Amino acid sequence: MSIFPYLVAAWLFLVGLYGIISSRNFVHITMCLAVVQSSTYVLLLAIGYKVGGVAPIFADVPVGTPAVDPVVQALMLTDIVVEATVVALLLALAVQIQKAAGTVDPDRLLELQG
Amino acid sequence: MNRNRRHVLFFVSAAVLFALLAWGMHDLPPFGHYRGPYGDLVNSATVYERHITDAITAVNFDFRGFDTLGEESILFMSVIGVGTLLRRQTKERKKDDAGESDELETRRAPDPSDAVKVITLGLVGPLVVYGLYIVTHGQVTPGGGFQGGVILATAPLLVYLAGDLKTFKHITSHSLVELGEAAGIFGFVAIGLLGLALGGQFLRNVLPLGEAGSIFSGGTVPLLNLATALAVAGGFISAIYAFLEQTVEMRMEGEE
Repeated sequence: MSIFPYLVAAWLFLVGLYGIISSRNFVHITMCLAVVQSSTYVLLLAIGYKVGGVAPIFADVPVGTPAVDPVVQALMLTDIVVEATVVALLLALAVQIQKAAGTVDPDRLLELQG
Repeated sequence: MNRNRRHVLFFVSAAVLFALLAWGMHDLPPFGHYRGPYGDLVNSATVYERHITDAITAVNFDFRGFDTLGEESILFMSVIGVGTLLRRQTKERKKDDAGESDELETRRAPDPSDAVKVITLGLVGPLVVYGLYIVTHGQVTPGGGFQGGVILATAPLLVYLAGDLKTFKHITSHSLVELGEAAGIFGFVAIGLLGLALGGQFLRNVLPLGEAGSIFSGGTVPLLNLATALAVAGGFISAIYAFLEQTVEMRMEGEE
């Protein structure tokens, strides 16, 4: 099935989104967001894949060997850096929410404010 | 909103979204049959034109070098954001002075065993060497400034795992960490300006390209990798310190 890897990406995106919707903990929500973002890794790598292609490193194989697309892999590196920064900021916010409200449950936070 | 109603709303909209995604993905090139010209072009050109054998590093630090500068700035800003969010507030200072010794006792972790200490401290040296290897060989084999920088930043974490809090605090709160982070960003910009001055374009690869496959190949790329590694390692150590400070500071105060 030629679109199966793309469907895996869509599935990861939705599963992560479900985690965010149903979560009762901000740290858990942050990890769910990481799952959502990992769907973009699968999608990018799937788009650049070539049947029989090697990794785009020509230290051991001669130039001209069929290799997968290095551009999407470079984009994925950017993706990982962005994810690391987003996770760091969200976890810092979770620490401060715990300090300010005494809970990291988004539902209880709403109750306290309302 | 009620939890059940929220779930119903999610499942309905998720089904619609999944259908739209599947519809959109249906017309993508079939898996394994990559069409685009850019990947093949980069793969065939890097070794001859840039003497770089790792095409991904070539994309990140040469063809797309300007984007990587933006990427590094995102990391830099995020570390500043984490530091700002987790800064010690005046209220907390007072709270610490009042001394919540009961809470501190429960927070205090047991001392790590001798086996953990020997293994973690013994790994620090090899880990630093490995990180530097990854940083300096980014243009030859998989690796580079981002990956190597993160590996280097985990070395202080091993010191923390070994229970040596004073050394950990000494390493992570050192002003050299911040200096390294800033030097990494400015080094990247400086190499870019060198390209502007000598080649007429920002981040143009103006240095001698060297022999493909050797550590001194790729012109400005190894230097950009070094700058990135400094910025990434400094940034991650600062962020790790900001997070662990929340517990470590209290533990250290409790011990004294």
